[in-house]
This record gives sequence, structure tokens and C-alpha cells, in this order.
Amino acid sequence: MEIPISYEILRLMWWALIGVLLIGFAITDGFDLGAAALLPFVGQTDIERRVVINTMGPTWEGNQVWFILGGGAIFAAWPLVYAVSFSALYLAMFVVLAALILRPVGFKYRSKRQDPRWRTSWDWALFLGGFVPALLFGVAVGNVLVGLPFTLDADLRATWTGGFFDLLNPFALLCGLLSVSMLLLHGATWLSMKVERGPVRDRARALGPLFALASIVLFGLGGMWVAFGDLGFAQVSEIVADGPSNPLRTETVAEAGAWMNNYANQPWTILAPVLGFAGAAAAIIGIRRDSEAIAFLGSKLSVVGIIATAGLSMFPFILPSSADPNSSLTVWNSSSSHTTLFIMLIMTAIFLPIILAYTSWAFKVMWGRVTSEDVSAGGGDYY
Amino acid sequence: MIDQAVVDLSRWQFALTAMYHFLFVPLTLGLAFMLAIMESVYVMTGRQVWKDMTKFWGALFGINFALGVATGITMEFQFGMNWAYYSHYVGDVFGAPLAIEGLMAFFLEATLVGLFFFGWDRMSRRAHLAVTWFMALGTNFSALWILIANGWMQNPVGSEFNIETMRMEITDFAAVIFNPIAQAKFVHTVAAGYVTGAVFVLAISAWFLLNRRNVGFAKRSMTVAAAFGLAGALSVVVLGDESGYALTDNQKMKLAALEAMWETHEAPAPLTLVGFPDVENRTTHFAIDMPWALGLIATRSFDREVEGILPLVAHAEERIESGVIAWDAMMRVREDADDLEARATFEEHKFDMGYALLLTRYMEDPREATEEDIRRAAFDTVPNVPVMFWSFRVMAGLGFYFIALFATAFVLVTMRKHETRWFLKLALVSLPLPWIAAELGWLLAEYGRQPWIVEGSLPTFLGVSSLNATQIWMTIAGFTLLYGVLAVIEVMLMIHYIRKGPYPELEGGGETRPARPVTHGGARAVPAE
Repeated sequence: MEIPISYEILRLMWWALIGVLLIGFAITDGFDLGAAALLPFVGQTDIERRVVINTMGPTWEGNQVWFILGGGAIFAAWPLVYAVSFSALYLAMFVVLAALILRPVGFKYRSKRQDPRWRTSWDWALFLGGFVPALLFGVAVGNVLVGLPFTLDADLRATWTGGFFDLLNPFALLCGLLSVSMLLLHGATWLSMKVERGPVRDRARALGPLFALASIVLFGLGGMWVAFGDLGFAQVSEIVADGPSNPLRTETVAEAGAWMNNYANQPWTILAPVLGFAGAAAAIIGIRRDSEAIAFLGSKLSVVGIIATAGLSMFPFILPSSADPNSSLTVWNSSSSHTTLFIMLIMTAIFLPIILAYTSWAFKVMWGRVTSEDVSAGGGDYY
Repeated sequence: MIDQAVVDLSRWQFALTAMYHFLFVPLTLGLAFMLAIMESVYVMTGRQVWKDMTKFWGALFGINFALGVATGITMEFQFGMNWAYYSHYVGDVFGAPLAIEGLMAFFLEATLVGLFFFGWDRMSRRAHLAVTWFMALGTNFSALWILIANGWMQNPVGSEFNIETMRMEITDFAAVIFNPIAQAKFVHTVAAGYVTGAVFVLAISAWFLLNRRNVGFAKRSMTVAAAFGLAGALSVVVLGDESGYALTDNQKMKLAALEAMWETHEAPAPLTLVGFPDVENRTTHFAIDMPWALGLIATRSFDREVEGILPLVAHAEERIESGVIAWDAMMRVREDADDLEARATFEEHKFDMGYALLLTRYMEDPREATEEDIRRAAFDTVPNVPVMFWSFRVMAGLGFYFIALFATAFVLVTMRKHETRWFLKLALVSLPLPWIAAELGWLLAEYGRQPWIVEGSLPTFLGVSSLNATQIWMTIAGFTLLYGVLAVIEVMLMIHYIRKGPYPELEGGGETRPARPVTHGGARAVPAE
């Protein structure tokens, strides 16, 4: 079969599509993570906490599939990236999984018993299920920007030369905090939109601007670090965009400041960091002016901008190696075959619009504020 | 060389997390359709009791589904975490069905499950019914794509090794989807799920009836379970996945091992009903055979042979020798990419290269293998015969038991003798059996595939990540602790909800009071009877 789209274009499209899936995860399940991390603080009584949980109850499960699908799509489109990153971040991934596992059971099981100790335990389980992934996803992205210490041998078997605590370097922790504040902001604007007027909503609105400011400051600090610190890699061998996926054919060097090169070469990419800052600022304005739509849109755009910034800064790198730069994985040397990328593109073109259609319908069906009256009167239909 | 402890621990972790995950999956597969059937009756007849049934069994479905989702997250990421070389080696093929599962199935079921629980008062009856049906379809599509992925590991069609990228790549995606082993596995697995759902509903309804609680509710539930379960139990046996066992060398070996058939028998081969496999002497003692049966089941013919273990080992030796030639050619291509003669040799022998990799368990370079090494590696292709033999007998025996159970149930409900007490007791104690059968089925499929992670292409021990044993011990301990606690909570909640029953407010058996067998007349007060 003649494949109608070139290998080069397909690789670019799949780089962008993974970005779309991860951003899809961050802007949908992101507010679930943020709101769950805020749960013990914005909700003081049982009914208040139930209101918070029920803003997410009907839709969080679908939102989480963006993450599952992101993982599956990286496996299918970038098998080496999937293999190297998840084994390199082994224990961190385990902690993320353990935290995420607490969520389905936390949402489902909390309301099944009246016992206050039972319910408080699940509240903190849900807090961990929101806070820990939010932190570690940021730490992971930070480490990818720094470069992961792995090497590839002639069989393309990856060997990892770092330890768990190497992951907790200052830049990665900065990224982790940024991720937390960005998702807490998103959770706060979600709650101010979905919760009835009253104390819970007021607390969310009071906290929102603080997280927005923290996002702006941390994102700015991260940007300075990237511009003036010692981060960055550059490919020195000629780019072969349609060659076989074998990283050992690429020559790469570590080069401080190289993550800024794309902004000089392609000035339009500066839109991403601008969006990151502007979105957070808009969220503050939205909250101040009591316009939840603007606040929520603002936090959403901020998430889009910040994640896109990380991806665009590194392009064409996906997973640089600090131990052996020549083992680095890029868009041009670590994808699936031409055929697989094409098949997966067709599948995505068919199913993604369908997913968006029924997901929007589900949100529409569940539209409106959650009130404590509904929750107390709703019997078994509410969490 | 690869640390054997890492291999063993990685296998243990995968087996534990996968088998734990599969405690929840079959119940989801079966109950989802039973909910859809119950709700359909409600929408068609408007009788409240059918809505109550959908909601009560739905609540139990939800408790189970939550853990199914929670443990499924682990499955999606575990390949990359513990099986990194496998992920690289086959991601081009194996990743696609996993991703499509997310696109086509999991998104659907996860989005609709929220509406199933929260949407009762927010949409029309028909819209809600559609949600339930599509949720059920989603769960089953999910099984389809997962089994296409697993079927490819059993029979890696539509793909070949690419020497430039050092991995398997897709050549024919349609062949991967329509892989006969994948299709057989899909039907067999979802049917096993239907049996599980039906046994669950049957056993709990039986418990209600034995305690004379919720009688009208329980009788109707029992009727649905009897019909649905009979259809499922017949499918799971008749459409068992033996049909795929004649297809590949490993599948033939699996069949020979689970029959403990050491030598090829002239066609049609007999089926061994029971016996005692003796691995050391390569024979089976006290075998009771059923003439012709195996030949008919496995080959669907009178004249084709079912090969025995020892001839298959001899065949594996030949493939190892051919694989060493492929390995040698690959090394020459690595040294000189323009060596056309080496490339041609590689192309000729590449489908046996996986067999040469079996030798790398014993030496760095398969070219140095002696005849003794080759014989040893060929014997590695034999799975654990006694485990296979007995697992199969228990699983198949349970399969026939379920047919008998549901046939009896079907006759009883047709004769309106729902409250036949000996049968109700039998149904109640049958509750754990479908899970035992399903786990044994996976043991046969996966343990029987050893030493391969992908049949004929990649030995399991090569698939692991570059981790150390300590790291894996930590995660095994973590998963065991987390999963153990969650299992206790789940069972506790299930029992709590079942004791409470569908009508706690009528029975007065509320949240805080201990459940007791309610025998007074009020217990029978089911609305809309």
C-alpha cells in the first residue's frame, strides 16, 4: 500500500497529537486533580466535601482516559519513548500509579458509609490522588528538560544510570511546583464555576489568585533557568526526517541555552509562553470580576500555554539523554514505522471527533452548579 | 547478561497485577450486559422493580468497576515500566491495539459510566437506556482490543523483524486484527465474563431467596441470570479457544503440554481425561483416554495429526539452528551495512531469529552454542506440563459444570420453581467458581506461552527493563499492600450492600444495623409486584 502522507509529516503530526492528548488530559482531568487536592481545604464539613466531590463525580472517569489514551498513544507512536521514560522513572511512576489508583475507589467508596473516620480517610486519599500526580508529572517534565541518564546499546536496550533521588533536582522540583500551582488554579476556577454560591466557592475563589500568582512567578523562574542555566541539547549530525527509527544514527551534544533556539528560529512559538502567563493573569481578572467563565478559560489557556512551552522548547527532542547525548530520542529517530503512524492517524481521525462529541454531551447533561440540597436529597445517586 | 532475579520478579509482578485486575474484568463484562437487559425490560414495561434491579445490581457493578479501572491503570503503564525492551521490540505492533482500545472503547465506557450513575433524572428513559447499552458495548470492545493485542503475542501475524530499527514492525494490520487466535480468545473471554456476571447474580439472588428476602426482586434477577448464564456457559465451552491450537509451534506445544501428550499419535488423537504426567520419564501414568476426541476438537478433522511434545522439541532444535544463521547475518550487517549477501541470508532466516535468542540465556553469542546447548534451549520451549495439564482439567471441568448449573436453573425458573432450596444452596456455593476458571484460563494462555513473551520472536527473559531486584521488590510490596487493602474494602462494601439489599428502607435493615435474615412478611413488600 502506498501511504499518502510522508513519514516526516506523520512524525510531526504524531508529535503534535501526543501534545494534544497530554493537554487534553491536563485541561480536563487537570481540574479533577486540582479540585481533589483542594478538597480537604475548601470543604470543611462533610456536606461541603460531598459537594466538591460531586462536581467531579460524573465526569472525572472519562477525563482520566485522556491520560490512559496518552500512555497508549505514546506506546503506539513512540515505542522507544514509552519504554525508556517509564522504566527510567520506575519508582516515580509507581508512586503516580498508586496515587491515581486511590481516586476511582476514593470517589466511589467514600459515600458508601456514614462513619466520619471512613470519610475523612478517603478525603485524604483523594487529596493524595490529586496532589501527588500533579507534583510528579511536573517533576517528570522537569527531568526530561534536564535530560534523563540513560544509554542505548546496539540492540537498542536502554540502561538507566540514575537513582530515584536524582530525579529530585532543583529544576525538576521547580517544575513540579509549577505543575501543582497551575493545576490547583485550574481546580479552583472549576470549583468556583461548579459549586453553589457559599463558603466552598468563596474559599476556592480566595485561593485561586494565589495559585495564579505562584504559576506566573514559577513559570517565569523556569524560563530564566532555561535561558541562562545550563540546560539544553542540540543535534549536530544532519537531520534525516524520514530515516529508520534508530537513535544511534544521530549525533547530539549538550549545549547550554539550546532550549531557547526554537524561539529565535520560529518566533511564532513565543505564543506558547505568552499564553501561559496571560492565561494565569486572565484567571485572576476573571475571579476578581466575578466572571467564572473568564477565570476558567484563563486557567485552561494557562495550562495549554505552559505544557506547549515545554514541548516546543525541546523540539525535535522528546527524551534527551544526559548520560550519553547520542542516545537521545527525537521526533526523527524514535517513532513507530511509517505504516503504524498512518494507521493510528486514521483511527484517531475517526474516533477523536466521536469522543469529543459524546464527552461534550456528557458535560452538557451534567451542566449546572452542584448544591448541598441536591446532594443531601439525592440519595444513592450522588457520591 | 540479564539478571534472572529481575526476570523472575518482573514476571511475578505482572502475573500478580494482571490476575488481580482480571478479578474485576469478567464481572464488569457480564454485569454490564445484564444491566442493559434489566433496564430494557424496565423501559419496555415501565415496571418499577426492573429499575430497582438495574440500580441495585448497578451499585454492585460500580463497586467492582472502580477497582477494575484502578487496576487497569497499572496494566497500561506496566509494559513500559517493567518490560521496556519488550515495549521497544514490539511497540510498533502491540501498542496500536492498546491505543485503539483507549480511543474506541475505554473512553466510551468511562464517559458513560458516569452518566449511568448520575444521569437517571437528567435524561429521558430511552436516552439513559442507550447510555447503559453503549457502556456495555464499550466494556466488550475494550476486551476485543486487549485480546487482539494478547492474541498477537500468541501468534505474531502481520509483522516482521526490521534489522534497521531492531524491532518487530507491522506489515499487515488487517492480519493483526483478524488474527484467528485473537478472535477465538475474544469470544471465549467475554463469554467467560457473561458466565461470571450470571453466577454472581444467581448466587446473590439465591441468598435472598434462602433468607426469604426481596422475593419478587430475587426471582426476576434469577430468571435473567439463568437465561443469560446458559447462553454464556454454552458459548464459553463450545467456542473455547482450542480452535487456535493447531496454528503455531507454540500453540501446538501448549496443546501437547496441557494434554501431556509426549509423542505424536496417529490421527485422530485421543483425549486424555485424567492421568498423572511424569516429566522426568516423559510419560503419563494411568491415563484414561477418550478415543478420537482430541483430534476432532483440535484439528476439526479425522486425518490431521496432533503433534506430541518430543517431536515439537526436535522441530525447535531445527529452528534454533536456522535462527543462529539469522543472528550471524545480523551481526555481519551491523559491521557492514552494505553486505548484501548477509542481508539476503538474514531475510531468509529471520523468522527463526527468536529461536536463536533462546540461547542468549546461556551465552552472550549464540554462534558459540554447542549441540548440547541447542538441545537444552529447545527443551526450554516446553512449558510446565503438570501445571498445564491440571489447570486445563479444572477449567474445562468447571466449564461443563456451569452448563449443568444454568441448564438446571433455566428449567427451574421455567417451571416457576425458583425456591428449590437444594439448588439455591448449590448456586450460592458456586459463587467463587467462575473466577477460578477465568484465572486458570489466563494461566494456561500466558504460562503456557513460556518461554516466549511473543511466540517465536522474543523470549520472555529478554523483555525486561534494566532495573534491579530491589526496585521491583519495592513495587511488588507496594502493589501487594495497596491491592490487598483495596480487596478487603471492596469485599466488605459488596457484602455490606448485599446485606442491605435493594429495599433497606422497607426492610428496616439500615446502614448501621447488623443485617439479619428477615423472615417477616414485610420483607416481601416489593413495590409494583
